[in-house]
Amino acid sequence: MAATRDVASLKQLVLGRKDVQDLSDTETELPPDLMTVNMGPSHPAMHGTVRIVLTVDGERIVKSDVQPGYLHRCFEKESEYATYTQVFPYTDRLNYVSPMINNVGWAMAVEKLMGLTARIPRRTEYIRVIVSEMSRMTDHLTCVGASAMELGAFTPFLYFLKSREWLYELLEKVSGARLTHSYVRVGGLAKDLPEDFDKDLTYTLDKIEGVMVEVEGMLNANKIFRDRMAGIGAMSKADAIATGCVGPIARAAGVDYDVRKDYPYSIYPELEFDVPLGTTGDCLDRYLVRIEELKQCIRILRQCLKQIPDGPIMVDDPRVTLPPKRDTYNTIESMIRHFKHIVDGIRVPPGEAYTFVEGGNGELGFFIVADGTGRPYKAYVRSPSFVHLSTAGQLIHNHLIADVVPIFGMINMIGGECDK
Amino acid sequence: MSKQALAALQAKFPAAVEKTESEFGDEIAWIKKDQLVAVATWLRDDPAMAFDSPVFVTAIDRLDWHPVGAPPSTHWTEDRPRFEVCYQLRSSTRRHRLRLKVAVTEQDSHCPSLATLWPAFDWQERETFDMYGIRFDGHPDLRRIYLYEEFVGHPLRKDYPKEKRQPLVRRDDLPINPIKKDAR
Repeated sequence: MAATRDVASLKQLVLGRKDVQDLSDTETELPPDLMTVNMGPSHPAMHGTVRIVLTVDGERIVKSDVQPGYLHRCFEKESEYATYTQVFPYTDRLNYVSPMINNVGWAMAVEKLMGLTARIPRRTEYIRVIVSEMSRMTDHLTCVGASAMELGAFTPFLYFLKSREWLYELLEKVSGARLTHSYVRVGGLAKDLPEDFDKDLTYTLDKIEGVMVEVEGMLNANKIFRDRMAGIGAMSKADAIATGCVGPIARAAGVDYDVRKDYPYSIYPELEFDVPLGTTGDCLDRYLVRIEELKQCIRILRQCLKQIPDGPIMVDDPRVTLPPKRDTYNTIESMIRHFKHIVDGIRVPPGEAYTFVEGGNGELGFFIVADGTGRPYKAYVRSPSFVHLSTAGQLIHNHLIADVVPIFGMINMIGGECDK
Repeated sequence: MSKQALAALQAKFPAAVEKTESEFGDEIAWIKKDQLVAVATWLRDDPAMAFDSPVFVTAIDRLDWHPVGAPPSTHWTEDRPRFEVCYQLRSSTRRHRLRLKVAVTEQDSHCPSLATLWPAFDWQERETFDMYGIRFDGHPDLRRIYLYEEFVGHPLRKDYPKEKRQPLVRRDDLPINPIKKDAR
């Protein structure tokens, strides 16, 4: 049938025009008015629920309004009514791709208020760094893999998600949960590492190194990937500082800031690792910085496995530790202590402190105001995703709609963390 | 190092700094509301200060502030300002940190905005406005960020009940989409 159709009816089918005058090619241009397009809150090419109201001139973005908040679960309000220990599950759900780092950050914040920071056992510090770095790896693997998939490279996504799954399996062995670990406690950890953990982790790291060689081979010199990433969403060093960017995004722009190096905490001063820096601050640099950080994570983990000492996993302080189960069930004093600990929570002396760690996306901080009870008076989280997302409007300005996808992927906005 | 910055701030603006504190390694300077912008501009631009990195903005609602074991004089009473707006700053070159605090009363819950000095504070001040109802004067685009415009009240205030539910009811008289409003 199509073969017998005349040109005019075909044009009508395609362009909605039937007048013969309309058939001239000059008439096929797009209308000159600006158009408003909604991207999100649920968009297949963007991970995370965020709505972007774009005003486009053809394909070019001239104005945008980024609206977060679709995943707001009242982290801060809920925390004010939970004991310090009960907040750990909430922090799991902030950055749900790297929950261990949130756990560690919260624990360190409470420990700072209690003056316990220097008394944390060495083995605990090592285990905290190990799980943090594993979480950083899952974060970067997800970010890079998902972004590559959104640009059409499906294989790296599958490879990286598989690698991430190996790490999740290990973290599940450690904590008992695949994603929401709640593994860290104020003053220590919930439990020690499982048997043969070092062998499992060494084996996994070797496998992941192999996968990274493959994925880098597929992406680094890939013309489509480079064309979509290089020069897209660039940010200058001064802008990155003024807009509060931290982590891989700031480092891609050349800002030499890494909490692990600049305000060292835990055992990071004793570990050897490099902080990769970019020069152009575009999406390609953000990708390269993340890939290099993955390698540095592997380096840190190998050192930790070599150096990790034996020892206790909880600080010996009756204010934060539960009595041994044997005593709880046999003596009334321990029973009462256990009960008070669970129901009233850990008593944190009045004061306020801001504690920050290097999260997957950068400086993740907890600002706690304590009033001496077992529940925080105020718990504020300085989430890097929220700050990074606030630059998104500026980054996508004057780019094409298709460029929103790589820019957004490399900002790595995690809905739970951004919306609290 | 941060202590030196605090001392320099006190020497430069003796009238603007109400008091200084140091808690858990954080230097805190209480700034008079009307001087905040001048102090902040100096902190950002002076080469010896160079507080170029904004960290966070938030507020503390002192309505329920009755710390355990502390003398009654530290408890909150009706005659004291209810809110404290906190600005945390960091220097990327000098590595020192400083928290500026501004006392804001409930009756006059306004605070000068620093969003024009540090673009990062744009969204964070919107968040503080959303959660605590502090109005930042001079903010380029002060509207709710997490919650919807129809929301009544500010949820992180201590007198907002945690269990309160507010289903979203569409109201056509409010501008849902600011871009559309501009186009009109």
